Parts: sequence; C-alpha cells; structure tokens
Amino acid sequence: MSVPVHLSWHLRSYTHGESDVEGDGATLAELMTDLDRRFPGIRFRVIDEQDRIRPHMNFFVRGDLVRDLTCRIAPGDEVLILGALSGG
Amino acid sequence: MATIKGAFVLKGDGSRREWKVSSPHFLGAETNHLVQDPRDGRTLLLAARTGHLGPTVFRSQDKGKTWLEARLPPSFPKAPEGQNGPAVQRTFALAPGHASQPGVWWAGTVPHALFRSEDGGETWDHIAEFTRYVAGLKEKKPANIGETPGGPITHSILIDPRDANHMYVSLSTGGFFETRDAARSWHPMNDGSSADFLPDKFPEYGQDPHCVVMSPANPDRIYQQNHCGVYRLDRPGSTWERIGRNLPAPVGDIGFPIVAHPRKQDVLWVFPMDGTDVWPRTSPAGKPAAYRSTDGGASWTRQAKGFPESNGWFTVFRQAMKSDSEDPVGLYLGTTAGEVWASRNEGSSWKLVASHLPRILSLEVAGS
Repeated sequence: MSVPVHLSWHLRSYTHGESDVEGDGATLAELMTDLDRRFPGIRFRVIDEQDRIRPHMNFFVRGDLVRDLTCRIAPGDEVLILGALSGG
Repeated sequence: MATIKGAFVLKGDGSRREWKVSSPHFLGAETNHLVQDPRDGRTLLLAARTGHLGPTVFRSQDKGKTWLEARLPPSFPKAPEGQNGPAVQRTFALAPGHASQPGVWWAGTVPHALFRSEDGGETWDHIAEFTRYVAGLKEKKPANIGETPGGPITHSILIDPRDANHMYVSLSTGGFFETRDAARSWHPMNDGSSADFLPDKFPEYGQDPHCVVMSPANPDRIYQQNHCGVYRLDRPGSTWERIGRNLPAPVGDIGFPIVAHPRKQDVLWVFPMDGTDVWPRTSPAGKPAAYRSTDGGASWTRQAKGFPESNGWFTVFRQAMKSDSEDPVGLYLGTTAGEVWASRNEGSSWKLVASHLPRILSLEVAGS
C-alpha cells in the first residue's frame, strides 16, 4: 500500500529535492524502512537507534501528531514528516 | 574548521601570511570535527548533526568538493525489548587510525562511547567492551562518570605510533584511560590529577580532562589540559605532574586546549581561561594570551603580541587550537566568537586571519 509522504526542507537532500514522495507500509515503521531503502540514510536522521523518533522531528498521520512507529497507516492517509521548532 | 553552523576551510598561501575562507559546507549543521586523513592526504571526515536531524558522518575523497554520508554512522546496538537503550547524540571527536591500518578510524561520542571504522568511515562498529567498562565504572561510583554542559564526552583518542593496540582515551567526565589491546580492556591512569568538584579530590577516576595530547616527538610524553590544571605524564610512569602550577597565579592553569610541538617534546602551548568565581571561561582579565613552555612545563612565557590588550573575552574550545608542522611552527586557534587567530612564529606574535564565522567548535591543520 502506497501513501503520499510530505517532507520538510530538512530531509530533501535525501530525496533529491523532492518535497512529496510515496511510501509503502502498513505502519509508520514499515513506511520508514521503505523510504530508507529508496533514500538511504533518511531513517537514522529522524529515528534513533532505539527506534525513538528524534525529539525535534514530528510525524503527522491523518493530521494527528504521532510519536509511535507502530501507528497503522490506511489507504488514503497522508504522512507528514516535519521539523519541529529547534535551534538558535 | 567545524562550527556550530557548518564547516569551513581556511586556506593559506605558502608563506602563511594570507588566508582565505571557503564557503560553508553543510551550512546550518552543527559540525563537531573535520579531519583530514594524514595517511592519504586526501580523505576528509566530518562529524555533523542538526538541531532536528540525528548525528552522522560525511566523507569526502576530493577535499570537500563532494560528500557521501556514512552508510552506518556511529550508533549503539538496539536494546532488548522493554529496555531504554542509549542513542548517540553527537560524534564529538574523529581520529585517524594507526599508520599501519589505512582505512581505520576511531570516533568518540556523546554520550560516552567509542566507535571504530575499518572502511574509511563508511560503517562504524560500536566498541561494546568500552561501553561495558564505562558502565561498570559508573555503577561503582555514579558521580565519577558525569557529564559536561554538552553531555558526557569521549574525546582525545591517542594512538601510540609504535603499537596500534596501545591507545589512550579521555572522558569528560571520567578521566584518562589506557588500553593495550586495541580497546578491548581498559584501566584508569589519573594518579596526581585532581577533581576538585568531587568529595575525593584525587580519585582513581572521575577527573575532567579537557584535552590530552601525545607529543609527536615522543609518544611517552603526554600533556593534559584538565578542568583542574595543566599536567604532564612521562610513561612508563603513571603519575601526572601538575606543571600548570608554574603558570602565573593571576592567570591560573585552567583552559580547554593544549598543543604539543611537532618535533620538540619539551615545547607546548596552552591558552588559559578564567576558571575562578563562576567560571567565565574567557581570557583572564580580558587579556588573551597563549603561554609557551620550552622545558616541559617547568616555566612559561606569555605570548600576547597581536591579541587585544584589553576587553578581549576569548573562549577557545578544547579541539580549537592546533599547530602545523612547519619550521617555525604555526599555531591556530578558533574562538567561540567566530574568529581565527594565527601565529607563524611559534606564538611570538598573533594575527586575526578570519572573522565573522559562527562559533568555532574545532579546527585541524592539514597539509595542502
């Protein structure tokens, strides 16, 4: 199952500048595995080695903030991976 | 130079009089260390992260024209289900491996950990023995394996040029440690160095070495700028001597960096900072100066020519002062205010060679 994924600027060096890509997976975890296969390195920049979403990255599924990679993805959903407020 | 907002290359002319700053690499990224491989004179490794994105390592084979990201950056193994495992926050220090081991690199991270690459930085292996050893020390004495405002830092990875298996590593905080079997087993070596922030002022471990260097002229001569003074260690001895006591009392012997002469074991430089009162960590009295010793720390000479004579509130981080190997030796320091100061005469005079840069976290000197 493929769903649209929108990426903020922070991640577009991995997608050759594309802001919107497609991702496959029944869960957020599977979707990130698929994205990492096609855009190597992207997963580790947003999810740490303990499978925690990094503190200043936000995932939205169906418009809701999600911090759990087991979140299920259904046909028609859109996933947003956005940088939160960070820095100085 | 690795700065809080990207990496820059400062290129000098042959005489080291004129300097030109490159455009930034990875603008906006927190870059902690940019190191050229002395074994091939070509490969660059850069430790980077951003406020949002996790820590990684970039590699260049063409002096920074193009970069490739590590396929497996330094990272801890996944903890068993239900356990809260550690995650690398930043790769702090990169060190090329022994001359006999091309392609081998070492990395020290926040939190404390050591990683090794055997393929020029493309993939990194976690040194589990080191992590277990540090965890054991912390379990025994929790306050003695602590952290700095920037986290618990593993740094100053020193490799004995005579023996690839013989290394030293420093922990802020934790102290100075030696291995003779390529990082499999470790022991502390902190006798004589103090930790005035702990109840026991001279613990077996728990000190805060800010920067430790091995003399390129003699691998048995080690110099340390510690949170609590400047020290010298002559192996096979294992007791540090506080040579910073010989610095002028109003200046003190607190600082971050320390530099050893490339050819003379008794020549070294420090750049003291104010470690009194609430620890401003700026140049004492607003008068920046390097101090050079030519007798292994028995005496020191102030080297302030060219620096501001007043209102110069420099802070120079632990990895941000280095030498070249020319004759006379050139010295370079980067400040948190984004300035680079250089000396082409072993510190006798200094010149501002770059300014308006972001906060400089580290710098390294590479041959052309």
